[in-house]
Amino acid sequence: MSGFTGIFDRRGRRRLANATFVIVCTLATVVALVVLAIILASLLRKGIGGLDLAVFTEDTPPPGAPGGLRNALLGSLFLCSAAMTIAVTVGMLAGTWLAEYSTDNWYAKTVRFINDVLLSAPSILVGLFVYVIAVRPLHSFSALAGALALALIAAPIVTRATEDVLRLQPRALREAGAGLGTPIWITIRRILWKASAGGIITGALLAFARISGETAPLLFTSLNNQFFSLNLLKPIANLPVTIFSFALSPYEDWQRLAWAGSLLIAFTVLSINTLVRILASKRRRT
Amino acid sequence: MLAQARGALAEPFFRYACGAAATALLCAMGGLCILLAIGGWPALSTFGLSFFTSTTWNPVTDVYGGAGPILGTLITSVVALLIALPLAFFTAVFLTEFCPQFLRRPIGIAVELLAGIPSIVYGMWGLFVFAPVFAKYVEAPLMAWAAPDSIWGKIFTGIPNGSGVFTASIILAIMILPYIAATLRELFLSIPPRVRESAYGMGCTPLEVVWSVIVPYVRRSAIGAVMLGLGRALGETMAVTFVIGNSHRLPRGLFDSGATISSIIANEFAEATSPMHISALLALGFLLFLITFAVLAIARALLGHGHGT
Repeated sequence: MSGFTGIFDRRGRRRLANATFVIVCTLATVVALVVLAIILASLLRKGIGGLDLAVFTEDTPPPGAPGGLRNALLGSLFLCSAAMTIAVTVGMLAGTWLAEYSTDNWYAKTVRFINDVLLSAPSILVGLFVYVIAVRPLHSFSALAGALALALIAAPIVTRATEDVLRLQPRALREAGAGLGTPIWITIRRILWKASAGGIITGALLAFARISGETAPLLFTSLNNQFFSLNLLKPIANLPVTIFSFALSPYEDWQRLAWAGSLLIAFTVLSINTLVRILASKRRRT
Repeated sequence: MLAQARGALAEPFFRYACGAAATALLCAMGGLCILLAIGGWPALSTFGLSFFTSTTWNPVTDVYGGAGPILGTLITSVVALLIALPLAFFTAVFLTEFCPQFLRRPIGIAVELLAGIPSIVYGMWGLFVFAPVFAKYVEAPLMAWAAPDSIWGKIFTGIPNGSGVFTASIILAIMILPYIAATLRELFLSIPPRVRESAYGMGCTPLEVVWSVIVPYVRRSAIGAVMLGLGRALGETMAVTFVIGNSHRLPRGLFDSGATISSIIANEFAEATSPMHISALLALGFLLFLITFAVLAIARALLGHGHGT
């Protein structure tokens, strides 16, 4: 009999432990989701009030005056586009080298490893690096330096995406190209890149989403500008740094603009990431 | 004939361009390390060991000791990890084991999307929304409760204004939580179904399946995922700069203001004028590079290529 109660006790204990575990897991998920929902809700609540047409049509104002974020928005768009141009070029070529040309020797392994580390390297250090190589020699904060810093953050993402998607392409594609007597580089450009376009675009979009909110690397590379400028060698207005300085200012209308800007960035990033997901699931289905 | 010659030239050209791009990435990382070391050398050689042990950070007299920000970086990251890891682990388990099927994808996607929100948004939220509430309902009552000379009194000292080391840790934890949860979930899903099913088939409860089968199965990569989260917390700038209070001395308690390496660089670098000040900041940057590189390298080695971004 004692054996039976022993088993019963043990089963009871196991059930109890398991029930506790289920509850803890559920609670943890609820806590995590609630916290994140609160953040999004307060972002929406505080941001939507400052969001009007003037945000898109007027430049950043001096404190107390009405104004918008036009120069910062355009500046950010310019910076990110310039950065993406560099990052996609370098990233696609480097990814292609890793997938198609390298022979998995120690050098390729090192490049792959360093690229993986760069993926999550602190962005402020990238800012410091670009300050030393681009700002100090030119004696001025510049849009060029900002774009370089952002490119350095985006390039590893594109590299990784390109390599991964090229490795998924069937060997037959390469053999078909070789069978027609096509030079390897034409096979890569005309066949493999075409077949991998979806994955590469996905990677580029993710990289764009990532750099559109990066603030730290811009603080001492592109700095900020109160006025609209597209001069590569001068500081350029951009959204993240504007948000940073406006949010920490004591002026209420500046803080309102900062919230509106934050909402815009978060919205952009979330929609790009959602778009990427939709694209990816569509690709999987076909 | 001409086209053929051009093709013969283009092939190696393209090949070298690809190799050069890959090398450029390598050079960027190498250059980052070397230039930060060179830039920080004047400060490191002038102050020697006291750069790491002294808490005097004085741009006026040009004397720099980085113990405050160095310790601040380590404390905030470790505390953030202690808060985020259990939540992320349990969330990942919930999503793979207990969550109703129709909610799995939406919640999983929501968690992944939230991992992409820029850190400046978390920073602003921390400063304007979280800090006032935290000061009023957590810091003030806790400080009133703790006896001044007990151990709790020592831990809970500071100014109850909502910003400080602990607030920074919480914001960091909220930031890395979706990130770790998403990576852990991905790892749990990579386990072959028959492994899990055979454990259930033996009569294991979900707790036993998770604890004795799933966790050991992904242990190595899971530690990698956690280290990746830690690396992120160590280098995070904006979320911390808003809420840590920015003081150079050693924080006396959890609610005291402090600084991290990244926050001090973000605050002072653009305005630093004296060469020694710049050098001291670069030296701190170099130190942050060494710490994060070690953490990320271990993380990548454990995690392998292909997980986490």
